[in-house]
Amino acid sequence: MATETVPYGRVTQKAPAVSDVHIVWITAGLGCDGDSVSVTAATQPSIEDVLLGAIPGLPRVHLHNPVLAYENGDDFLKFWYEAEKGKLDPFVLVVEGSIPNERIKKEGYWAALGTNPNTGQPITTNEWIDRLAPKAVAVIACGTCATYGGIHAMEGNPTGCMGLADYLGWNWISKAGLPIVNVPGCPVQPDNFMETVLYLLYQVAGRAPMIPLDDQLRPTWLFGKTVHEGCDRAGYYEQGDFAEVYGSPKCIVKLGCWGPVVNCNVPKRGWMAGVGGCPNVGGICIGCTMPGFPDKFMPFMDEPPGAKISTGAVGAYGRTISTLRTLTQATCNKEPKWRHPRPELTTGYHPRSY
Amino acid sequence: MSTITAPTHDTSTKSKNLVEMNWDPITRIVGSLGIFTKIDFGNRRVAECHSTSSIFRGYSIFMKGKDPRDAHFITSRICGICGDNHATCATYAQNMAFGVRPPAMAEWIVNLGEAAEYMFDHNIFQDNLVGVDFCEQMVKETNPGVYAKAEKTQSPHANLHGYRTIADIMKALNPFTGSFYREALQMSRMTREMFCLMEGRHVHPSTLYPGGVGTVPTIQLFTDYIVRLMKYVEFMKKVVPLHDDLFDFFYEALPGYEEVGKRRVLLGCWGSFNDPAVCDYTYKNMTEWGRAMYVTPGVVVDGKLVTTDLVDINLNIRILLGSSFYDDWQNSETFVKNDPLGNPVDKHHPWNQTTIPRPQKRDFGGKYTWVMSPRWFDKRTGDHLALDTGGGPIARLWATALAGLVDIGYIKATGNSVKMYLPKTTSLPEVEFEWKVPKWSNAIERDRARTYFQVYAACCALHFAEQALEELHSGRTRTWNEFKVPEEAIGCGFHEAVRGVLSHHVVIRKGKIANYHPYPPTPWNANPRDVYGTPGPYEDAVQNTPIFEENGPDKFKGIDIMRAVRSFDPCLPCGVHMYLGNGKVLETRHSPMFGVGV
Repeated sequence: MATETVPYGRVTQKAPAVSDVHIVWITAGLGCDGDSVSVTAATQPSIEDVLLGAIPGLPRVHLHNPVLAYENGDDFLKFWYEAEKGKLDPFVLVVEGSIPNERIKKEGYWAALGTNPNTGQPITTNEWIDRLAPKAVAVIACGTCATYGGIHAMEGNPTGCMGLADYLGWNWISKAGLPIVNVPGCPVQPDNFMETVLYLLYQVAGRAPMIPLDDQLRPTWLFGKTVHEGCDRAGYYEQGDFAEVYGSPKCIVKLGCWGPVVNCNVPKRGWMAGVGGCPNVGGICIGCTMPGFPDKFMPFMDEPPGAKISTGAVGAYGRTISTLRTLTQATCNKEPKWRHPRPELTTGYHPRSY
Repeated sequence: MSTITAPTHDTSTKSKNLVEMNWDPITRIVGSLGIFTKIDFGNRRVAECHSTSSIFRGYSIFMKGKDPRDAHFITSRICGICGDNHATCATYAQNMAFGVRPPAMAEWIVNLGEAAEYMFDHNIFQDNLVGVDFCEQMVKETNPGVYAKAEKTQSPHANLHGYRTIADIMKALNPFTGSFYREALQMSRMTREMFCLMEGRHVHPSTLYPGGVGTVPTIQLFTDYIVRLMKYVEFMKKVVPLHDDLFDFFYEALPGYEEVGKRRVLLGCWGSFNDPAVCDYTYKNMTEWGRAMYVTPGVVVDGKLVTTDLVDINLNIRILLGSSFYDDWQNSETFVKNDPLGNPVDKHHPWNQTTIPRPQKRDFGGKYTWVMSPRWFDKRTGDHLALDTGGGPIARLWATALAGLVDIGYIKATGNSVKMYLPKTTSLPEVEFEWKVPKWSNAIERDRARTYFQVYAACCALHFAEQALEELHSGRTRTWNEFKVPEEAIGCGFHEAVRGVLSHHVVIRKGKIANYHPYPPTPWNANPRDVYGTPGPYEDAVQNTPIFEENGPDKFKGIDIMRAVRSFDPCLPCGVHMYLGNGKVLETRHSPMFGVGV
């Protein structure tokens, strides 16, 4: 009887450089957990795709996120202690929520997770970051709160909170040589985050080079273009045709949209499965992926300062060009003359046989 | 005047053999929550319970001085799973303050979006978070005897949902590997697509504005929504019997399980889904348009519907302190002396609250929480009632059932039940479900109500889609009305967040926000003993919960406590620290230490 043969095509399957990777996910920044929730909406890849090994050649992934975890209490937090002791290597640290400033007061805590067995007091989130970041192969800041401070860091806030790079230092490098990876968005767009995680898994597996990041530490292929460059209403802008009321299908830059200056791909890829988004579906862009969010974009419903000039400038050109286009379009909307039921052929062909 | 709502349990701490058991963090909820208990293993009861949460952000502080038109964008960020409920409630308050009434089409679009939110959120919470407490892996680890029974018990409605035994249902709930767990996760995506069609993006909407919406109503928009809605309708026809079979099995397999998470019936519901024909967003007419909502607002005390009047509900909200990290605001300014109808407004009403945080060390014997204690003043008795929402659905269905006002065909409130009709779908015929007012306000009934409310939301959506299409076909496609922000104004919005009562109160001075206080459901559910000594709902419900788990102290998971806690669908990003009772260690035999041989 023939012995079991190895299929020829197995040569294509390469073992990853590491067999297992843990993801330790701290949601205990000053946040709303919206990024964790967003991640459950992803399909490209989905969270179960990653955890159940749908994509070949990657390490087995073990996720420790409090919103989804099976374990509870100490059973859950033990992964934090193991990571600190080096027993969970390699692990990726994900941070969600703004990083508070615990130094601005005499006592108490703005954000904490678990209890210190020696003092009986809660362990601050900042202390966990101090303990775990040095031990992680990579650190990802998930969502605008963790990347740049976001909503909770607006003018007048009592906690003095900030983004992770403000806290650890913008030049911080992990023990494996990676800078902080920022995936902003309020919340983060589902597939943007999962696609970044997938990239990092390829990198940790030894199958992709250093992740390309811009000077705000954002993945360049996701945040390299502006909202305006990806918005399906940009054509209205070019034709100088602007909405005066919310609910119009036209360009909404005069109603508060900051699209022309915001690094984000949401209008291009939609919110989830190509459905939804922001200005492409009538929601003004409020700049939620940007370090300046929210202060530099408020009041949100006011026309951004540059828009008056640019919409004025494009107005004359746009109206002229769209009039000319209307003429061409009218021509294109008429069929050529030779398509008719009359008993004569006027197509330009001169038959000799009939 | 004494307002202690007498606890129905013995709080004596004289018994020995109390074992300290802590779970910090509680997982499979949204936000940060820790539960610290003392378990009486001898009598198999929870003797004492503290709960805390560890995040403070300060919305009421940093919103001061900001443009009132930004309020809904900002407050959406209060919550990462139901932020759109906040944004919607904020637009209700803005509409009132600015004096604007959106066109009917806008109201239907918002209603369709909010219905999709309920369909999404209850689904993911019930079957991907709560469901794990009832899955094969968990039940085997906590009650192997119950699992053995489940393997031998036929599901009464297997013909409707396809899971032959109760154990088959439990296997399907295993995280990530269970088939129903994964199906629910996929459904949670489809329902969020429905949400995105109406409100742009999830969780923080892009297309909501005061005065209406920016969503463009077209044939395509509503077709895309309806096609997905009908898939959800078909799905729910099997989910209701599946959960009924599972929950009824627990009562049968563990007699007395109705005591888990049980408390006195003290429910609050602030109403949801406005009827554009009636709602003009004026305070003057709020009583009338409140009663026209498609989920009726109401307060239910001991099974009796005490009011359905939003003005009455509004005026009797009180925010009390007791064990929280704040100074009282007795000496701060009174922003609102009288409501627009001339009624006096209390100093401890949200319109008049000033938030003065005082961070300090946590002291379970004194102050140890960031949350205040919302209460509802009952004029009849002078009590400050610690209302709960039961996680949302149970209070909504209970108030709506008793009020008997809602009748849209797809839904009929009968006075003691709610009928819900789902039409024929691809492979299944029409079905009418009926949720009946249950005997208890307990963990199982809160969970059961959640599934039924998923159907309720789908039925509402069927009706809203029809209304929206009628507006579209009649050419009434305007979705936004203009407004001007006044120099001085007040406003309030009432809505149901997924987990229950939600109110936003705003005071505008010199055209800017002078005061803003949102009150989401979790502070109502999970607050500490107030200054009058009245304990919060979690204490009633969790304390004295009997222990059915078969494990002793060494392997104890506290699964019955977890089911009780999660039945309230705790959602903590509003920065809630909760305290559930006085704790004094009498005798500690075993303290599970983190990461050390647990």
